[in-house]
Amino acid sequence: MEVKLSVQRCHPDARPASWWQDYTVDVPEHATVLDALLAVRDDQDETLTLRCSCRSHICGSCTMRINGRSTLGCKTKLDAARARLREGEPIRIQPAGNMAVIKDLAVNLEGFFDKVKAVTPYLQPTGPEPEREYIVPNEAMLTVREAMACILCGACVSACNSLEAEPRFLGPAALAKAWRFTEDPRDGRDAERLEFLSSVPGGIWDCTHCFACVEVCPKDVRPMERILELRRRSMEAGFTDNNGSRHSQAFLDTISRSGRLDETRVAMRSVRGPSELLEWTPVGVKSFLRGKVPLRHKPIPGALRVKAIFAAAEAQGRRDSKRGAR
Amino acid sequence: MALSHDVLVVGAGLAGMRAALAAQAAGADVAIVTKVYPVRSHSNAAQGGINAALNPEDSWESHAYDTVKGSDYLGDQDAIEILAREAPGAIVELERMGVVFNRDEHGRLGSRNFGGASHARTYFVGDFTGQAILHVLYEQLVKSGIRTYNEHFCSQLLADGGGAVAGVTAFDMRSGEVLQIGARAVVLCTGGIGRVFEPSTNALICTGDGSALAYRAGAPLMDMEMVQFHPTTLKSNGALISESARGEGGYLLNSEGERFMKKTAPNAMELASRDVVSRAAQIEINEGRGVDGCVLLDVRHLGAAKIMERLPQIRELGLEFAGADMITDPVPVLPGMHYQMGGIRTDVHGATPIAGLYAAGECACVSVHGGNRLGANSLLETVVFGRRAGAAAAEFASGRKAASLPESLRDDEERRLRTLVERPGTERTAALRLEMGTTMTRQVGVFRDEPTLRDAERKLALLRERFAGVSIGDKGRLFNQALVAALELDFMLDLARTVVAGAIARTESRGAHTRVDHPRRNDAEWLRHTLCHHTPDGPVVSTAPVTITQWEPTERKY
Repeated sequence: MEVKLSVQRCHPDARPASWWQDYTVDVPEHATVLDALLAVRDDQDETLTLRCSCRSHICGSCTMRINGRSTLGCKTKLDAARARLREGEPIRIQPAGNMAVIKDLAVNLEGFFDKVKAVTPYLQPTGPEPEREYIVPNEAMLTVREAMACILCGACVSACNSLEAEPRFLGPAALAKAWRFTEDPRDGRDAERLEFLSSVPGGIWDCTHCFACVEVCPKDVRPMERILELRRRSMEAGFTDNNGSRHSQAFLDTISRSGRLDETRVAMRSVRGPSELLEWTPVGVKSFLRGKVPLRHKPIPGALRVKAIFAAAEAQGRRDSKRGAR
Repeated sequence: MALSHDVLVVGAGLAGMRAALAAQAAGADVAIVTKVYPVRSHSNAAQGGINAALNPEDSWESHAYDTVKGSDYLGDQDAIEILAREAPGAIVELERMGVVFNRDEHGRLGSRNFGGASHARTYFVGDFTGQAILHVLYEQLVKSGIRTYNEHFCSQLLADGGGAVAGVTAFDMRSGEVLQIGARAVVLCTGGIGRVFEPSTNALICTGDGSALAYRAGAPLMDMEMVQFHPTTLKSNGALISESARGEGGYLLNSEGERFMKKTAPNAMELASRDVVSRAAQIEINEGRGVDGCVLLDVRHLGAAKIMERLPQIRELGLEFAGADMITDPVPVLPGMHYQMGGIRTDVHGATPIAGLYAAGECACVSVHGGNRLGANSLLETVVFGRRAGAAAAEFASGRKAASLPESLRDDEERRLRTLVERPGTERTAALRLEMGTTMTRQVGVFRDEPTLRDAERKLALLRERFAGVSIGDKGRLFNQALVAALELDFMLDLARTVVAGAIARTESRGAHTRVDHPRRNDAEWLRHTLCHHTPDGPVVSTAPVTITQWEPTERKY
């Protein structure tokens, strides 16, 4: 069947350095977007650059944006890619986002791997070495395996909204990797890991829980859920001296008290103290001028019932943790 | 600035990373050159597991015997003994590094059945064992701080005045910069030659670069005719459906719904060794009992829960590339090129006949697989012999001074590559590669005979001549993948000819090599390895004896 592709090209040496190029290729019915791009490179344009290897979504090389969505070229059937397009409209192919382009669809991955390296990505057992293997329940291994399914393709990083605003954010892939060790019963450095992840600039509190990484992950690793769990565990472990966990606590407090968010109070309680509050003054003033800092905060009519819900949830949580302890 | 290391490993798959870690542990300054990134290697694709006789009811002798029998007695038994003896330690070591192996009800390592094995000795992580191990070795690599030259294509081996290996030239594919990297020892861990065939289950990077570099440098390639055709690959794109589908109890059916393996392997049935199953499947297809050129793999009776826990990834592949949900439908499969048993001849320390040059993993031929590799022995080979080769290379390096190579070698290589990029021509890399691959699949496949092989030999010689007319369609320096593709094709054309030369020479049927004009195994003449030597006119074949320690060849029955 005949397929039209529109590829965002980039050759830093050329003028202009970036442009859109259309191709039409003839490929079999079952073909993927990667197959189509390889047909272009083989038969029409050998200057088209893209990474690929396994063709069966296990090596993580062919990350790209297809019609704006971050994914693997080899995991996207042409039929699916064309499903929402108008008749004759080409499939749009762009390099992965949040990483600098080297050439065409090949982006610079050094920063991506540096962030994986930053989370101490290896097992650190602390107890005595077992005689043979570590004895651990299969269920624990199955849980860790959910994150080991990550192929480090970077689709999540490409789609990450936080990274656009905060380039230091370690990002979904590296943090899912970090989660894997805190979840592994063989690792003995949970506390150190959680302390680092909750305090380092670009750590777990920089996720805006937008679900983009969960939505695009080709291996169903659900990085955002791992990040939220890291947050919960780091707070439980007492690593609360950071804006993220203060923000989280203040958020809860104001809602449990008045039934709705008190933006002013949350903002003031999220920062470390008066000196940091001073740093945020310009943002505060701007927010005030746009009506985002209400001076009076009134509880909602059903605030008492909200309190009751919180109380019930806390009681349930205590019962659950008791059961867990047993 | 001149770059130099004690040990330089080429390739960052399982064998490469294991070799690098072993060389570092032995005190060497190590670096890795890889044409991709470490986690992108084809080791990822190994789905089923890794073998070891860990269970007290099992024994290394049993594992070794199964491997010898699986190899059709072409494996070197000294090497196989090492493989089986070192397996339990290797797996426990991987577990302690962090591999999330499946467990039994007691929390100990849990195993599954696999083809050609007399015990359930395959240890596994779901159906992505290779990926799970590769990523853990990458974690260890990060921990080690070993330098990796990522996306650097190794284009030639450098020798000192005495003929010993002294380093490599490699270019950074991203920038086009050519580097000369000195080394007291080089370990080739570049994987298989799958792309010589079209289709193949192998990744696009499996172009046998290291095998060709060693061959051209004068190291012989051994048993190259021994190419494994995996019984269960998908028709649409050649993708692999793991043997674990049969290990967990899957059936192979012909168009009449018959489990046809009962005809050739009444005891082992679907879990006979791969050469046996592939031949049986190909006969069903050839004799008209196939379904659209395939046979059927049926796992429905395992139930949805087991399929989802143990075979999730291959169900996904079936859905995507065959449009069949294995929970409700059988999936059509056929034998497809999967693995190269042959490779660079090494001793049990990974040493090649060239001083300072080592090899391990699929590119090497120790030989533990002989005429047919058992499933889940390849991951094992990478870690056992990767470690041995790395340690041996470090030891060799420590006893040797660094050769002082003239810096002009780098400039020479840069000029050679530039000339290649700029040369005029009318041939295209992709067209030649496709002709080579389809010729190999059609004429050097499961069933072979002399006239067809001779014809393939002629076609490959012609392709070699036509390669001189290949024009590279990208003239730039940055990320010139057209140049890389041409260099890979250049390597593969050499390798394809060694496969055919070995297949012509071996006038018997053994393991994966089936000659319809010589249908019997012939131990009197051919209990021998073939060795391919590089000459300007093509490969020249000689032979070498097989090492037998305790298992005398007998007829193979499953």
